[in-house]
Amino acid sequence: MPETLVVLPAAAIQRALNRIAHEIAERNENSTEVVLVGIPVGGDVLALRLSAILAEIWQQPVPVGILDVTLYRDDLGGRIAPAVRPTVIPFDVTGKTVVLVDDVLFSGRTTRAAMDAINDFGRPKKIQLAVLVDRGHRELPIKADFVGKNIPTALSEKIRVRLEVPGRADEVVLEK
Amino acid sequence: MSWHRKHLLDIESLSAGEIVTVLDTARAFKAVGERAIKKVPALRGKTVVNLFIEPSTRTRISFELAAQRLTADIVNFSADASSFKKGETLKDTARNLEALNADFIIIRHSASGAPHFLSRVVNAHIINAGDGAHEHPTQALLDTFTIREKKGRIEGLNVTILGDILYSRVARSNIWALTKLGANVTLCGPSTLVPKTFEQMGCRVTHNMEEAIEHADIINLLRIQHERQRQTMFPSIGEYTTLFGLTKARLARTKPDALIMHPGPINRGVEIDSDIADSGRSLILEQVTNGLAVRMAVLFLVNGGPGPQGVAVG
Repeated sequence: MPETLVVLPAAAIQRALNRIAHEIAERNENSTEVVLVGIPVGGDVLALRLSAILAEIWQQPVPVGILDVTLYRDDLGGRIAPAVRPTVIPFDVTGKTVVLVDDVLFSGRTTRAAMDAINDFGRPKKIQLAVLVDRGHRELPIKADFVGKNIPTALSEKIRVRLEVPGRADEVVLEK
Repeated sequence: MSWHRKHLLDIESLSAGEIVTVLDTARAFKAVGERAIKKVPALRGKTVVNLFIEPSTRTRISFELAAQRLTADIVNFSADASSFKKGETLKDTARNLEALNADFIIIRHSASGAPHFLSRVVNAHIINAGDGAHEHPTQALLDTFTIREKKGRIEGLNVTILGDILYSRVARSNIWALTKLGANVTLCGPSTLVPKTFEQMGCRVTHNMEEAIEHADIINLLRIQHERQRQTMFPSIGEYTTLFGLTKARLARTKPDALIMHPGPINRGVEIDSDIADSGRSLILEQVTNGLAVRMAVLFLVNGGPGPQGVAVG
């Protein structure tokens, strides 16, 4: 059994999301331009939660989409094909500020793939990045605009984000 | 469930889980086809060869478009223009294609087992696009996808396949896929074209059209394959239509939600009444749309294959 450490319990996750939502609201004065796009698995759940908090702040609904980036990854060759999940973007992204939402920011390659993917749906005015955890080890020049918590990690360690697992509280766990 | 095969050679060797993996993946690819930009970079830089040693339009075009939508490069190679006429063997042709760094070879051939043979002599991913009267796996996958999309399930459905079963690779692949997923398959047609031996594949065989379609949820009509019949297997087209053609009168006695499928090309007025083919009960054109999504899914999945140093499982 690997050694595990809870780095964000449920209450801390909620506080982090509240803070991120307020930062998004502060950064984007024109609330009608903002749409959230979650990257599964993890980012889609977080995007829905952020949307609910932002809707209270702005007193208006904030659209949420789901973007599966699998087909845009740069590491598809020579490994077992990963599962392709549905992408649902029920709005036009052109001219919008798209806030990409992911659970963990690591190499930055998922974010790179997401930016390519979103451009196939239109030309956003801006793309911003919100993540629950930034664990470092970037391989690309990518930086998050909104971070729930910076957690320095070793490459050998794993970050597990458990959201909406039946029968358990939400948590972010570091596996050594 | 994930996919670990380097090739798609047949349905017979697939598990139910592997079939479902293809169908689930195809669902995501169908959504790609509904976007403004219908192209994704998943196979960027890969080369696909359509090696069609037997005439085909829709399957070839479907694979061609599937490869293009995955950003692969595709070359079409047809029997007419090829060196087969100059006496080159299939193995030599395939090795030549591989020398051009072909990553995928999609083969249609009149000989059963040709794709299996190729998979042993070249390193490229092989996809069977129809081999003799043996199998046509992507057709069965797109048919199954279409049924599942329309009916929400496969298990427990009554599926009737009508017509030329003996010479039909579509029928064989469909029988494998449907029985693995738990459907009840009934075969019907002239006794010369639907021998009782097919019961060994887990199907019900009948030569009575009314009985075959009475409880069917899906009626899959096959074309009479004149090109594969070595002798006349039934007295006349007129008699075939009288006994086994899907007419409005016969359709009226089926379940009201029974749906009609056909792999094409259809012979209007022979196996199917022209109006039925164009009616809301017909899934014929949806099958074509779904075929593209299924073929994208297959190309994507076999590209993953067994991993870098893995041994081909397919």
